[in-house]
Amino acid sequence: MRALALGVIGLCSVLGLVGCSTSGTDAPEGSGALAEPGGPAAGTRDTDSEPTTLTVLAPASLTEAFTELATQYESLYPQVRIDLSFGSSTTLAQQVAEGVQADLFASAGTDALALLPERYARGGGETTIASNELEIAVELGNPRGITGLEDFTRTDLDTVLCVQTAPCGAAADEAFRAAGLTPTPVSREIDVKATLAKVSLGEADAALVYRSDVVTSTAVDGVTIPTEHNVSLTYPLVWFNAEPHTIGFVDLITGPDGRAALEAAGFAAP
Amino acid sequence: MMTDAAQSRQRDGVPAFRRRLAGSRAPLLTLATLGMALVVLPLLGLIARTDWPGLLTHLRAPVVWPAIRLSLITTLITLGLAMLLGTPLAWLLSRATGRLATWMRALLTVPVVLPPVVGGVALLLAYGRNGLVGAPVFDALGLRIPFTPLAVVLAQLFVSLPFYVLAVEGAMRSVDPRFDHVAATLGASPTRVFLRVGLPLAAPGIAAGAALAWARALGEFGATITFAGNLTGRTQTAPLAVYVALQSDPQAAIALSIAMLAVSIAVLGLLRGRWMG
Repeated sequence: MRALALGVIGLCSVLGLVGCSTSGTDAPEGSGALAEPGGPAAGTRDTDSEPTTLTVLAPASLTEAFTELATQYESLYPQVRIDLSFGSSTTLAQQVAEGVQADLFASAGTDALALLPERYARGGGETTIASNELEIAVELGNPRGITGLEDFTRTDLDTVLCVQTAPCGAAADEAFRAAGLTPTPVSREIDVKATLAKVSLGEADAALVYRSDVVTSTAVDGVTIPTEHNVSLTYPLVWFNAEPHTIGFVDLITGPDGRAALEAAGFAAP
Repeated sequence: MMTDAAQSRQRDGVPAFRRRLAGSRAPLLTLATLGMALVVLPLLGLIARTDWPGLLTHLRAPVVWPAIRLSLITTLITLGLAMLLGTPLAWLLSRATGRLATWMRALLTVPVVLPPVVGGVALLLAYGRNGLVGAPVFDALGLRIPFTPLAVVLAQLFVSLPFYVLAVEGAMRSVDPRFDHVAATLGASPTRVFLRVGLPLAAPGIAAGAALAWARALGEFGATITFAGNLTGRTQTAPLAVYVALQSDPQAAIALSIAMLAVSIAVLGLLRGRWMG
């Protein structure tokens, strides 16, 4: 019975893989089909109670949404433990390239995907789960009266950006280029959470981060950036195998619960 | 006169004994080798993945030199301050008895065991714009400490000063207090006793402590990135540059790591040969 179920899942995943490698942005066919009555993970619920650990690497900006979804998944399937590792997308992709075993990898922006080794690039499937845009984080009540990107060129303000090699830093540089500005940050922080923390701790006056980071923080306010100077960012999700719970967690993220968690965390639909 | 049998027993007895000894040592040797391998393998990995012919080219990557320069300047200032402030502290602690000294030693151990990132947060809360010390300093002088080279030095001092003090204190405690008493009876002031008796006799310990503290300061990452930030040429020290370069230019990161490894080994080797041998 279990062998049959796994066989079906395996076959579907292969189909899903073919569907994905060409479509790229759509939800995977295989996992979509599996999510129907019973679903892959639901199907295994009765038969597969073996303890499983999923390793999920995700960008710092997905911390809240993925933590919540992982908790949801773990309470649905108590035998599954989801190890979440958050960090800069490029660092995480680098870790996979250096041999860190992972089941899922979500990335802020698509640049980091190029760093994944080839055996992983073709291993499972890929979809886009969310999009995000830049927003300025300021101290609560905006005491320094920050209005837009041009405030990042003021030397009487302490402003922070992400480091150029992190997606949020690359996006920031792109936004400043589009606006024809040269920012004068006091620091280029290692990832978006560290960048935001400098404002929420009151050590910097403004930080250029993602909208989702501003929405989920109770310690900062946001100043929006006009669309013509803004940079939007898509969030691809890559899975490296077709294990039932890998696909099950992908389905949760791409399904209505995932959508809701991502929207609550300030992300727009892809 | 020994019998033939006794002679042969003696002849064979030594190798047999050695064999037994080697056998009994096998578990120890296995564990020790494993322990050694855990330390050596990452270093071998670094060396194996280095693009040796292109090393000089990679070392010319724009992030490398400002980071090395900043690291050398800040760690030397840190070392100077650690020795200036830490040596008297170590001396007084080595001569102190009682509860206060015990508490001070315990406090000094905290940064040694504290995760450096936590140290960085603590530094922000102390010297930051809203910090315990930082807020009055900012209000009075307009001096904002985080994101400056001064913050880099403060972070390095926080993690390396305790190493220095604890190492030097150990060395000073082994200096016989009777020398102090003799010097004092000859009319030397406590400061003169420290300079003329404590310092020279504890010199090897001071050198060892300095090497440890400097190496710790050079490798400091977590407290620096949390407290001082990361800006090329200003607060981006060599370990921070390695971390950032790893994402964009791994060979530059490896080249910089090799350079740091070489400098560290050279300094430690020199000190060991000179003072610790």
